[in-house]
Amino acid sequence: MSALSQKHLIAIKDLQKSDIELIFQTADTFKEVLQRPIKKVPSLRDITIANLFFEDSTRTRISFELAEKRLSADTINFSASGSSVKKGETLLDTVNNILAMKVDMVVMRHSSSGAQSFLSRHIKANIINAGDGTHEHPTQGLLDGYSVREKFGDLKGLNYLIIGDIKHSRVAGSDIPLMHKMGAKVKVCGPPTLIPKHIEELGVTYEPNLKKALEWCDVANVLRIQLERMDIKFIPSLREYSLFYGVNKELLDSISRKIVIMHPGPINRGVELNSDVADSKQSIILQQVENGVAIRMAALYLLADRG
Amino acid sequence: MKPRIILDSHKFSLTIDRLCHQLIEQHKDFSASCIIGVQPRGVFLAERIHRRLQSILKTKDIAYGKLDITLYRDDFRQKGKPMTTNETDIKFSLEGKNIVLIDDVLYTGRTIRSALDALLDFGRPNDVELLVLIDRRLQRHLPIQAKYVGKVIDSITTEKVKVEWAETDGQDKVWILSEQ
Repeated sequence: MSALSQKHLIAIKDLQKSDIELIFQTADTFKEVLQRPIKKVPSLRDITIANLFFEDSTRTRISFELAEKRLSADTINFSASGSSVKKGETLLDTVNNILAMKVDMVVMRHSSSGAQSFLSRHIKANIINAGDGTHEHPTQGLLDGYSVREKFGDLKGLNYLIIGDIKHSRVAGSDIPLMHKMGAKVKVCGPPTLIPKHIEELGVTYEPNLKKALEWCDVANVLRIQLERMDIKFIPSLREYSLFYGVNKELLDSISRKIVIMHPGPINRGVELNSDVADSKQSIILQQVENGVAIRMAALYLLADRG
Repeated sequence: MKPRIILDSHKFSLTIDRLCHQLIEQHKDFSASCIIGVQPRGVFLAERIHRRLQSILKTKDIAYGKLDITLYRDDFRQKGKPMTTNETDIKFSLEGKNIVLIDDVLYTGRTIRSALDALLDFGRPNDVELLVLIDRRLQRHLPIQAKYVGKVIDSITTEKVKVEWAETDGQDKVWILSEQ
């Protein structure tokens, strides 16, 4: 019997390879549970979970909520809009007030990088990071890795390409360490203004030419252009971005290998990804969403017992 | 006390044969019945019985599945760390089926209680029977009895029953060990 090395799930960086393997294995079990006529198990029926979304989310929030309900946990939901945060309450006060009502776990998304890490030093409940600023989104990293593992059997030796806005992407922030820990190679591709400086220090290579990058990879994860995080112009226009870095069927047909396409959602159709690719057989976007529930169930189940 | 063998490999195979014939008496050709092994150790016995039944009945169609009960246990959160899950593999509906639930040792009855909960998530069976290789009848915590029993053992709590399988341990054997 094994347990996670961490009490919280805040960043993939903190996990060991064995932690990731344990989460994947446990997710296999939950994936089977999700195929049953009654898609629910009683294992977290003594646990109360607070979903604190200080930043908007659809997919991640629904996915966490479903995962919690499939495990029979009690849940409460909180979103920053329409709450006392607007009245000037501090983050720690808000969370402590919620925890005073006997909550065991916290799932939190926040627009400031490091918010969950700060909180973990001050509260007792287990914390799962559902995205912090431009830092990490560990359950997304895990479900990306899990979906690739499902497709290829193993991550070892695979060439994993991330296309687009690497600078603001917490998905890239989690995917890069996850792929490295599991033995895959990572390359990034996108306009130089959206690539962080010194990215090579993460062991990642940079390729500015999309076609060359696609020619190299087995899997390409196409990231969303996050206009809400750009207070200055990083790209001249969406049309120009789409022209140089948009993935479409014609481009995929012109390369010599058949690659798998991923996207963390929500898709800007026609900008970073064309519909003729997003809805094609090469795309595993909907499998990613499906696997997200199983991965989150696994993370919740394994952390609940870390006490 | 020295460990002692209570079933050697010869008696072991006789017992399995007897259990199979008892099952056939009740379930005839198994067309409305199925076999479910409880993970992890009950699966070895279930596989053995499934194979033997198919060869006696000269068929290949006896429905067989594996059930993991980890997520249904009543002692989660008491062991301090999460219990590792095993594969559940039931590729057919249990609605209206006669189920033969199989585990190696029946002890407190808590595993079987969890297994009954887990089974209901796959549909409403017509009837569930329990088959075990070893019944430690003096240590029950819940009102649960097996219908088919390989061998009854009156043992005390400090003793441990160990079932070994040719597949993993080299030989079919059942031991009683005492823990000091």
